[in-house]
Amino acid sequence: MKVPEEHVPAVTFEDLAMPLFDQLYNFARWLTQDTTEAEDLVQETYAKALRGFSSFQPGTNFRAWMYRILRNSFLSSRTGLKVTVALDGEADESLLPAESNTPESLLIEQADRETVQQALADLPVPFREILLLCEVEEMSYQEISETLAIPMGTVMSRLFRARKALRDLLRTKNEGGRRGV
Amino acid sequence: MACEQWRGKLDAYLDGELDPAEASMLGKHLQGCAACSADALGRVQMKRSVQMAGQRYTAGAELRNRVAKSVAGKPPRDSRGLWWILAVPAAFVLILSVAVNLYVGRDNARRQRVYSELADLHVAALASAAPVDVVSTDRHTVKPWFQGKIPFSFNLPELQGTEFMLLGGRVTYLAQTPGAHLIYQVRKHEVSVFIFQDRGDETASPASGPIHALSFNMESWTQNGLRYFVVGDVGADDIQALSKLLRDAG
Repeated sequence: MKVPEEHVPAVTFEDLAMPLFDQLYNFARWLTQDTTEAEDLVQETYAKALRGFSSFQPGTNFRAWMYRILRNSFLSSRTGLKVTVALDGEADESLLPAESNTPESLLIEQADRETVQQALADLPVPFREILLLCEVEEMSYQEISETLAIPMGTVMSRLFRARKALRDLLRTKNEGGRRGV
Repeated sequence: MACEQWRGKLDAYLDGELDPAEASMLGKHLQGCAACSADALGRVQMKRSVQMAGQRYTAGAELRNRVAKSVAGKPPRDSRGLWWILAVPAAFVLILSVAVNLYVGRDNARRQRVYSELADLHVAALASAAPVDVVSTDRHTVKPWFQGKIPFSFNLPELQGTEFMLLGGRVTYLAQTPGAHLIYQVRKHEVSVFIFQDRGDETASPASGPIHALSFNMESWTQNGLRYFVVGDVGADDIQALSKLLRDAG
């Protein structure tokens, strides 16, 4: 049955969007690293999404659509404009290097929650956001690809690099901690 | 395929993004390769650390109310015409499918967390210097030991004539619920049996049936108000055989 698109969304925006509130706020807070900015960003996201709901294609992924609006709003904000989204050499990385066995994976066990949070906050935004979408939001690669508007291959290579960067950071913090720094 | 090539696929495997055929091959490889399974375990721990650390910020009630109010009860953009004859059923289908997807997504996520937690409990117990608190091959010793330590009782099977041997038990916790953790041996492999009170959603009870996850085989079911989990790195046949013994005894 063909349905006139502009009419479908008017019925359900609140029901679809409000269940995402907590996770969108968490994501906004991680992106902005600031409470006031995160609050503004979430309000802006809901306002924009409500206005643009008629352009939302029913049957496509609503969650990815909301995250995309939030992220785009962030990137055009004052803090977001300072963020570099492109990563050098990313496009060339079609083959993922195999990682050698990692004694450092053991250090993750020892890293407490606070240390991991600090390391996440220290990561560049493109790495931080993709890790949050994958691990916290448990998005599929396809959803991440839709949210960040990047090809699947880039999702995989960026995730790989983000995980490596996080491990490196934790290792540095771990060694620093042991030296009593 | 060499270990190095499998390692390149471990992340996709643990993210649930490998196609089933490849995932099954990698799963088999992990069962036989200690180095790769240690690597996989490290990555699972990393995933869980990030997951826990990432759930950090909660919005204030005021912001939630403000946003909820701004989107509440918005009337349809265009109420003229007969569009709603088509739109209402379509919207209903949309809501239903979104609700189902959200539920299935949440359910899967919750299930995955329960599995990883049980796999961790299993591995942690085996790695510990004292894997069990009551050391006995006699079910008539192990079962009474739990009396007063956990808020329920259970039956253990007679193992004579089977390949399984009871090594002992300990008290364990899943989602703040106390339960029994029993360790059995079959041909040098240890298998964990977890028994908890079935509290439906609260205990995040996964679907019954065999599950092959993180290179472990698992089977889970409920019986007489108790939820059983059988977890180990042995084949699905052994897990099913032990599950059947437990079911028959329960």
